[in-house]
Amino acid sequence: MEISWLLDHLDELGLRTLQHFGLAALAVGVGFVLSMALSILAVRVRLTMGPIVTLTGIFYTIPSLALFAALVPLTGLSLLTAEVPLVLYTLLIFVRNISAGLEGVPADVLEAADGMGYPRRTRLLRVELPLAVPLIVAGVRLASVSTIGLVTISGILGDRFGGLGFFIFEGYRRSFPTEIIAGAVPSVILALLVDRLLVVLGARLTPWFKARTGT
Amino acid sequence: MNLITETAAWLADPAQWTGPGAIPQRLLEHLGLSSVSLLIALTIALPAGLFIGHTRRGTAFAVNLANIGRAIPSLAVIGVVLPLTAAIDPQLGFKVYPTLVAMVILAIPPILVNAEAGVLGVDRDLVESARAMGMREVQVLGSVEVPVALPVILTGIRSATTQIIATMTLGAIFGSGGLGRFLVEGIAQNDDGKIFGGVVLVASLALITEGAFAVAQRASTSAGLRRPGSNQRAVPSVTT
Repeated sequence: MEISWLLDHLDELGLRTLQHFGLAALAVGVGFVLSMALSILAVRVRLTMGPIVTLTGIFYTIPSLALFAALVPLTGLSLLTAEVPLVLYTLLIFVRNISAGLEGVPADVLEAADGMGYPRRTRLLRVELPLAVPLIVAGVRLASVSTIGLVTISGILGDRFGGLGFFIFEGYRRSFPTEIIAGAVPSVILALLVDRLLVVLGARLTPWFKARTGT
Repeated sequence: MNLITETAAWLADPAQWTGPGAIPQRLLEHLGLSSVSLLIALTIALPAGLFIGHTRRGTAFAVNLANIGRAIPSLAVIGVVLPLTAAIDPQLGFKVYPTLVAMVILAIPPILVNAEAGVLGVDRDLVESARAMGMREVQVLGSVEVPVALPVILTGIRSATTQIIATMTLGAIFGSGGLGRFLVEGIAQNDDGKIFGGVVLVASLALITEGAFAVAQRASTSAGLRRPGSNQRAVPSVTT
């Protein structure tokens, strides 16, 4: 390890960490919105559940490097090429967890909501989604952690991408271990940190669970 | 030339099918390195998972291991291991070991966690009856818990295998063999046919492995467990 190199490149490390976070956050955000729509569709219209789960499962099976590579001839070395695979990989995780969360809402709770005269949309927003929060948060954690790992691979698309993965690629090209470690270790720390943050956020979002287990 | 004809032309070119660096060699490298990684991961993770599940000791360790394992990007592992093994063995240390280590680390959590969860989920009455019949602990594990937990255990091995097959491609970035080479070289040489040919090969291998496991899993599930109405817990599909 050459500490002097690290000290000289603190600015760049900071910028790449921000880029890493940004690339991951965009993918998780877009993936979440898409999956929410897909999951609500799958739960409402049972027929679509099978195809949605199968399709997202196939995306998940395709190796990440292959997916990045496959998009290069189509969309070039662009942000779109970096983001599309990241988004596709979040879909399976999100769809599984969100639809399981929605389906886990007890039937008598739904009936009570209907009995109180809740329209469908209100029931979804006020009853079903809040009760599904723990599983949804579990999905967000898993998707965030795996996306943060995958962002490093987007460095294959060139120096404009990759977040902290940039240092892994460049360090390898220059046979400079310090730089490889400077990319690898912070990316693991970033993933673990975000995971912890989401645990705290999840607990904040569902104060009623704490109250119940506390008594 | 459009993408499909370019890809077909690349795949059909006899030059891709013979000689060093051709498809058969890369496929063998891919399968070879995958198998070795899987075997090493199995020898470590399977006994550990069965032990934790049977004794119910260290279940918190298993959960934490799974969480941390997921957070570690394979690319980062290869990157960190590379300078170390390259210093020890300049030949294999550069090309093979980093990928191998990364794949083993990748495969341990799903195998261990599923083995543990599978054994843990076996009906307690069943285990108690086995003990009451005078079975020794090893027999309880071998003749009762493992067969009943087999579908869950296999799910773990299956997900480990598909993850290895898919992630092995990353090794190519750092000069190890395998099908990932076509992707890395294709991008570097701006050769769309090669990129897509590689994508077709890698994706097919991943999907074939997944399919083969689905069949094997069905065949190896004890008939008693497959019967509708048996109280075997469904394989957990939600990851939390």
